[in-house]
Amino acid sequence: MKHTISVLVENKFGVLARISGLFSARGFNISSLAVGETEDPSVSRMTIGVEGDDKTLEQIKKQLNKLIDVIKVVDFKEGEFIDRELVLVKVAVTAKNRKEVLESIESFGARIENAGSKSISIEATGDQTRIKALLELLRPFGILEVVRTGRVAMSTEDKGLKAEGKPEVNE
Amino acid sequence: MKMTGAQILIESLRKEGVEIIFGYPGGQVLPIFDKLYDAPIKLILTRHEQAAAHAADGYARATGKVGVCLATSGPGATNLVTGIATAYMDSVPMVAITGQVKSFLIGNDAFQEADITGITRPITKHNYLVEDIKDLTRIIKEAFHIASTGRPGPVLIDFPSDIQMKEAEFVYPEKIDIRGYKPTYEGHPGQIKRAAKVISESRRPILYVGGGAISSEASEEVYELAVKNDIPVTTTLLGLGVFPQDNKLSLGMLGMHGTAYANHSIMGSDLIIAVGARFDDRVTGKLDEFAPQAKVIHIDIDPASVSKSVAVDVPIVGDAKAILKKLNKLIKKPDTKEWIKKVEDWKDKHPLKFKDDDKVRPQYILQEIYKATKGDAIICTEVGQHQMWAAQFYKFMKPRTMISSGGLGTMGYGFPAAIGAQIGKPKATVFDIAGDGSIQMNIQELATAVINKLPVKVAIFNNCYLGMVRQWQELFYKKRYSYTCLGAGCPDFIKLAESYGAIGIRVTKKSEVRPAIDRALEINNTVFIDFHIEKEENVFPMVPAGEAINKMLDGGLA
Ligand SMILES: Cc1ncc(C[n+]2csc(CCOP(=O)(O)OP(=O)(O)O)c2C)c(N)n1
Ligand SMILES: [Mg+2]
Repeated sequence: MKHTISVLVENKFGVLARISGLFSARGFNISSLAVGETEDPSVSRMTIGVEGDDKTLEQIKKQLNKLIDVIKVVDFKEGEFIDRELVLVKVAVTAKNRKEVLESIESFGARIENAGSKSISIEATGDQTRIKALLELLRPFGILEVVRTGRVAMSTEDKGLKAEGKPEVNE
Repeated sequence: MKMTGAQILIESLRKEGVEIIFGYPGGQVLPIFDKLYDAPIKLILTRHEQAAAHAADGYARATGKVGVCLATSGPGATNLVTGIATAYMDSVPMVAITGQVKSFLIGNDAFQEADITGITRPITKHNYLVEDIKDLTRIIKEAFHIASTGRPGPVLIDFPSDIQMKEAEFVYPEKIDIRGYKPTYEGHPGQIKRAAKVISESRRPILYVGGGAISSEASEEVYELAVKNDIPVTTTLLGLGVFPQDNKLSLGMLGMHGTAYANHSIMGSDLIIAVGARFDDRVTGKLDEFAPQAKVIHIDIDPASVSKSVAVDVPIVGDAKAILKKLNKLIKKPDTKEWIKKVEDWKDKHPLKFKDDDKVRPQYILQEIYKATKGDAIICTEVGQHQMWAAQFYKFMKPRTMISSGGLGTMGYGFPAAIGAQIGKPKATVFDIAGDGSIQMNIQELATAVINKLPVKVAIFNNCYLGMVRQWQELFYKKRYSYTCLGAGCPDFIKLAESYGAIGIRVTKKSEVRPAIDRALEINNTVFIDFHIEKEENVFPMVPAGEAINKMLDGGLA
């Protein structure tokens, strides 16, 4: 199963290495990773896409929580969060199909950032379904390059995810 | 008062109550060593940094205090790595301090530079690089706190030499607040109630106790739980000593080389009460067939250990001592009469056995060491057959008397650990149960032992083999003894000991065993006893790798 985990960490050097090291040492797979500062500059948020069964996910969360620099770990539940990813795509064009490509992009609602005679560069944001759809739409024309940010996610609860520290384990 | 970084380190260590550190000098720790020259903290100079780490570990396990080791940058730091990994696997509180090249040279492949925080990230509970003299006291305070609380473990502080010379005001912080580190101690009251109910209703309960109960100082509580309710107790290798082995409820160690009756009992139980143990693969054997009828209560301070391999019915995260105290008040004594009878029956039918003839059998030596010391010694071990015989045939009576590398299985651990233990417990009788292979991995520490007048008794179980590996080759690789014979090239351990100023005793006959032990106990100096044991003796019972733990080979002894 695909999961989206949000991790609040100390905004310190070496933290990314601790997290990625943990994943590789324990054989957990990361499918995407995005890191950035939060509203509190001493805290960074990592949004990690992982795949695994419930038991693996449980271990991932527990092992992440064991890291001293990890302040909070949340596994987002379906329907309770929004997620977005930004992609840049470079598509090949010819004089012949140029119009068709431009129309496809426009109808999709992606933004054209640069239109050359041999290629067009596009920016699009969306959830995973939307990004996938865009890439499928463009594939027949010939995709020259794809750059993805990795997805970021936020819960839709009324309160923010705050770095107030680790909760007591209630077991 | 203004002080240099090096001085602040020493003062901070004193604030943490450190009296002894184990270490080795080098270019990037010169400022620290200069301050140590006339400091009230004593440094034990080992002859290899690996030994400094193991000695700090042995000191910590024997005393319960944080062990401290110190090494220079680069090769000094990398030599600590095996010792740090050993401490990490066995959850031993340790602070390792390494010198680092000057901060402005870091990343330049400077002379004796190694990225030791990178190297030790997966084998430390946490680590630090000191980047600013202003952070130093906070880092030291946090390091000791993290190493010794929650599930203990090693913490490394990498300390660039230019910052050792920078000056700052010395103010040791009073308080600690690490928002990402809040171990749970108390245990959830609802879960404790549930556990009490499950225990009260059980008919075939067994206590399975590990090293966590020793770090938590919970042996009295374990004793009360077992004895008041008539529940048999088995322990892991690291749990040996938490429950007195002369008690009739004691089943000794379980697992791959555990007693048959411990393995049968856990397999036949209807309830496993796990305390500070982690269902390691050496304990469970084939996981699918492990204790099929048993419910599991798991008490552990590390949430990540709970439900990691074995599914748990009642998890209780917290400090074993605190939880057992509360739990003990709530239990209604279960009816275990039939069960105890059954367990007694297993004990009668499948006792630990060996051929007690007129040869020098390793098991006999351990029984004699037990008798001679009345179970009152600290037994450190190396890794191999001798380690397993020690676990089987010495009766451990008190916590912190079994000191062995369980998780990592580090050959060369025992001798330096014994040095650390003897320094931490100067009055104790300390043995290192060694193999001829393992002892040669840190034999240079004879110098450290002799110079510090440490009466450590090293009992070498000399079988001229890497015996444990040879045993596997005998049983599973058609006796093809590929590179496991150490006979050729084996030193004369007596002369070797004597050349360092230690005493050597050689034993080649059974009749010499006990007199040699008694003599060693009288000698106030480091002693090597070179026991020439039966060369191809095997450790039984044995569960072949990947088998269920009640499918033991008995070696034809039963
Ligand atoms: C550092 C290290 N290297 C290799 C091993 C693998 N190993 C486990 S037991 C063993 C043999 C130990 O021989 P010895 O110390 O003579 O003990 P014996 O089994 O003969 O009692 C070896 C090589 C290990 N555990 N540790
Ligand atoms: Mg040997």
